[in-house]
Amino acid sequence: MNTASLYALPVFSMRFVPIWRRNFLVWKKLALASVLGNIADPLITLIAFGYGLGALLQTINGIPYLHFLASGSICMSVMMASSFESLYSTFSRMHAQKTWDALLNAPLSLDDVVLAEMLWAASKSLFSGIAILGVMFMLGIGLHPQTLVVLPLLFLIGMTFASLGLVFNAIAQGYDFFTYYFTLVMTPMIFLSGVYYPVTQLPVWLQMLSKALPLGAAVNLVRPLMLGGWPATPLLDLTILMTYCIASFYLATMLTRRRLLK
Amino acid sequence: MRASAILSVQDLRKTYGSGESRHIIVDDLSFSLRRGECYGLLGPNGAGKTTTLRLCLGLTRPDSGYVTLVGRPVPEDARAARVRVGVVPQGDNLDPDFTVAENLMVFGRYFGIADRVISERIPRLLEFSSLAAKKDARISELSGGMRRRLTLARALINDPDLIFMDEPTTGLDPQARHMIWDRLKTLLKEGKTILLTTHFMDEAERLCDRLAVIDHGKMIAEGAPRDLIAAHIETQVVEAYGENALAWAESVARRLADRYEISGETVFCYTNNAQPLVDSLADANGVRYIHRPANLEDLFLKLTGREMRD
Repeated sequence: MNTASLYALPVFSMRFVPIWRRNFLVWKKLALASVLGNIADPLITLIAFGYGLGALLQTINGIPYLHFLASGSICMSVMMASSFESLYSTFSRMHAQKTWDALLNAPLSLDDVVLAEMLWAASKSLFSGIAILGVMFMLGIGLHPQTLVVLPLLFLIGMTFASLGLVFNAIAQGYDFFTYYFTLVMTPMIFLSGVYYPVTQLPVWLQMLSKALPLGAAVNLVRPLMLGGWPATPLLDLTILMTYCIASFYLATMLTRRRLLK
Repeated sequence: MRASAILSVQDLRKTYGSGESRHIIVDDLSFSLRRGECYGLLGPNGAGKTTTLRLCLGLTRPDSGYVTLVGRPVPEDARAARVRVGVVPQGDNLDPDFTVAENLMVFGRYFGIADRVISERIPRLLEFSSLAAKKDARISELSGGMRRRLTLARALINDPDLIFMDEPTTGLDPQARHMIWDRLKTLLKEGKTILLTTHFMDEAERLCDRLAVIDHGKMIAEGAPRDLIAAHIETQVVEAYGENALAWAESVARRLADRYEISGETVFCYTNNAQPLVDSLADANGVRYIHRPANLEDLFLKLTGREMRD
């Protein structure tokens, strides 16, 4: 592959649809287990922290702690679902299972495959986001019209972390590599992004860092909507998310081309 | 001829790395396939066969040279060209999460074929690959031969004009190989063109109308299998082995064979008149032998040498 075509902008085409459908068809076969798995983790977090810590904390800025936590942790769950899919599952399709090789022998291009994987990981994370919303409604959280605005936001969050995941997928030599991504990138980001406690509890320099993180922006957007209000700085936070999304999707496309089309 | 060729490759060159570590994989390769023929690419491991296929499919860009696939320039127009092409890859990459029929349906969709049309084709393809009874089986339930047949059926879902087959029978037992050969012959009768890579010489000899022997990315011979053997190799081969074979070679084969080669404890004697060799072996002690006509493997070994490749 020559340098110009390596760095060319991603090509967007509806050819991604049959690839997306392929992944959807696999998911459908295991949907119940997949969604239950995706609900179980946030549910455990909510119960453990919400009731355990909530009993001590009562409220944060007048919001019951359970609500505070739930409205932030849905972003974290969508991030996790999308990251797992775009790392472990995508790597399996690209590397171990060689599904991508079959795709590339058909009249599809690598750009179609990368786009399909990104949109699929985002879709899957949206499915679990919706399931988690269902659980929250049962707990009486998020029963506001604003919650409708949360759905497209969850998809954007899914796309952002799918794109980030695909960057690491493109440079991974094996599954072990993803452990670093989760422990060195995801976990610190969760603690810096106001999921469990307000960012204002952090030292000022960490607060600055937090403002620049995609999960921080996601929580800033979703939490007020879930609680029936409106985000304080929607344009800024949307810009941050979209910048991460677009930049990492471009980088992921380039790195994947470099990996597979040489 | 090039204008009517279904695949034409001209002065194709591909290198990896740069400077000291620069490695030439495909070295000014030119060949073209006529419609309806089976063309073989033969070469030892690492000769550049798979890279050549990838270049022909537009999956990687050559350093220089031209590929025209079903009338379209590759890699520029590769995606459109692949609409008319089927590929049986070296390793199985069937979808383990799907049944046999689902594998065909999902793959057909990648070509933009309507579900209704794919549904019509599936029963015929399953019959062709003798998998009708396995329609709803999962991939893990299939034997190696069945998987290969399903991969072949999958490559036919778009009714291609040209089929790329990268070592289609590697790892199969003799029964399964014969079954694949039989299906390939049927496809050739139907007018399909096949580009086959293999390192099974009997496979190439049986199936290929023409073949190219490739080594270190270069073409070293091209032609019909029998013509190539006649042009490059003596007609007869006597293989002698056993405890006294090497001593026999020193004393007899040296004089009576046109040339001979020793591989392990076997002596390969090449000659146009095998009778004196056979006579001498008839009463030799501690030497057993096989007398046979020269075949493609002899040609291959003569052209590419006997040393191991990694």
